[in-house]
Amino acid sequence: MAVESDALQAAGPYDRAKALSAFKLGDITFYWITRASAISVLLILGGIILSLIVGAWPAMREYGVSFLTTQRWAPSADPPVLGALGPIYGTLVTSFIAMLIAIPVGLGIAIFLTELCPQWLRRPIGIAIELLAGIPSIIYGMWGFFVLGPFLAYTFQPAMIHLFDGVPVLGAIFAGPPSYLSLFNAALILAIMVLPFITAISVDVFRTVPPVLKEAAYGVGCTTWEVVRSVVIPYTRVGVIGGIMLALGRALGETMAVTFIIGNSFRITGSIFSPGTTISAAIASEFAESDGLHQSGLILLGLLLFVLTFIVLAAARLMLLRLEKKAGN
Amino acid sequence: MNFVKAIVAAGLVAASTSAFAADITGAGATFPFPIYSKWADAYKKETGNGLNYQSIGSGGGIKQIQAKTVTFGATDMPLKADQLEKDGLAQWPMVMGAIVPVVNIEGVKPGEMVFDGETLANVYLGKITKWDDPAIKKLNPNVKLPSEAITVVRRSDGSGTTFNFTDYLSKVSADWKSKVGEGTAVEWPTGVGAKGNEGVSGNVGQTKNSIGYVEYAYAKQNKLVYTAMVNKAGKSVQPTVETFQAAAANADWTHAPGYYVILTDQPGDKSWPITASTFILMHKDATDKAASQEAIKFFRWAFKNGGKMAEELDYIPMPANVVDLIEKTWSSDIKS
Repeated sequence: MAVESDALQAAGPYDRAKALSAFKLGDITFYWITRASAISVLLILGGIILSLIVGAWPAMREYGVSFLTTQRWAPSADPPVLGALGPIYGTLVTSFIAMLIAIPVGLGIAIFLTELCPQWLRRPIGIAIELLAGIPSIIYGMWGFFVLGPFLAYTFQPAMIHLFDGVPVLGAIFAGPPSYLSLFNAALILAIMVLPFITAISVDVFRTVPPVLKEAAYGVGCTTWEVVRSVVIPYTRVGVIGGIMLALGRALGETMAVTFIIGNSFRITGSIFSPGTTISAAIASEFAESDGLHQSGLILLGLLLFVLTFIVLAAARLMLLRLEKKAGN
Repeated sequence: MNFVKAIVAAGLVAASTSAFAADITGAGATFPFPIYSKWADAYKKETGNGLNYQSIGSGGGIKQIQAKTVTFGATDMPLKADQLEKDGLAQWPMVMGAIVPVVNIEGVKPGEMVFDGETLANVYLGKITKWDDPAIKKLNPNVKLPSEAITVVRRSDGSGTTFNFTDYLSKVSADWKSKVGEGTAVEWPTGVGAKGNEGVSGNVGQTKNSIGYVEYAYAKQNKLVYTAMVNKAGKSVQPTVETFQAAAANADWTHAPGYYVILTDQPGDKSWPITASTFILMHKDATDKAASQEAIKFFRWAFKNGGKMAEELDYIPMPANVVDLIEKTWSSDIKS
């Protein structure tokens, strides 16, 4: 500001037009710089999609739709047989279980922190969550490998298998020899990894609820539960769903930790205690040694992940639109 | 300004000296990585010339040398003569090693258990799922085996170790050959996948009642419980330098074009059945001839002085007559 007024004074009273045009130039430059930055995002995204499609083209031509419906992944067969069903299944199952755990826990933490938590406990919990977000994913992988894995394999899974033995659907889901490298282990680690996304964003948006709204609700005799359910959540719905989507995006694409603990098996067994793989884990383990059609197939997997994430985000947008309409805006 | 100039000058000096030292670059197999790095270390001390070896896997090594991004590529899966011809590559074996099955069963000590090829194949096919399976019990009447499920561990990444292991299983089990076959990355019927020799070692070391396969040096370094094997002659052998050498001695290098010899399932009473050699790939007519000559110097040095170091790490040096053959290949094939 100071510089600009200096410029105005230096220009003198009779050179107003010149000073104004200098401002205008600054404005235009600013406008174009920001605009170029914004457009570069589109260009980069387009470039990524394009190069994915180019790389995946040989596999697309070779396998077509059967790529999506084949479970067999045999890169060394002649000709190679590649099917993405295993990794797609693994990606969806681990993300689903992760969200199943992370959404209620994350929202729970956020509600506790903003509505119920005594002041002295607020900082420790807040910092703990920030730290959780800051831990590199390979550390989660190692923890899953050395600590969580053995616990699951020798304590938790046998108990669950015993508990649900003979129960129709659940029995099959929990069946199989317990192994500490499994879809379930990966899902648990993912749940912990995405928790900070949901919590941090929810806390931020919960704080935006005008106190007067809450006070009014309390004033007419609402309980804390009712305030949260009928005032806080509806008011912050968009932000909360945004946080959940961000978390889901990370869960779908997380690579390192998952590769470490999921067992990297392309077979679909139906049991969540058996090893599996995700799209990103499959690419991470096989890409370095792949060539030809195999590599093209892996790039096609990458493209699928891209599309999958896009669909999820689009679905979230649609859901939000619906909710807005319902709310009568 | 002077300060900036000084930094730029320092940078230039650093860049030019590092270019002057002409490090040889190589990339490929993880299997010989321990010995290559040991050799490189000793070579640097002796001559001042460094070697930069990236263990990115055999397939990666083949790709990198084809793309001419490295001076030499290293692979555990030799290329066939026609493929060498096509890319203008020379190939020779550099050092030999062995792959051992490793297990983690409570109370079982190294070398105590024994496997034969077919039983091993059936475990990896998922046909044998418990440690107290009759087939395993029959081979190990004196070992206390638990009635627990076997956790099968294998590589998740493509690897020359996997190539040699699956090549062996294909030779001893018709079922394996028809259902899975051999390759650096195969369609595993069962098991969990881990990345690299280190990954498999870690997994087996960590998981109770598991089995895996690793390069012997990794098994030894990680103090894993390796098993004995029944070889082609029907004899049970322990993994030792002696049995590895016995397998290597039976290989016929002289009559193999491009030294294409796979050492698995060799005859001989003392032969360790899953022995493997690891190969070097170089362009016959390299773009950077100086680097290529530098690399040959290193390999010559390694053949001459590296035998003892190799044995210390449980690799097997190439026999003298094979080294003579390779010297001839160098002088006739590699253009300088």
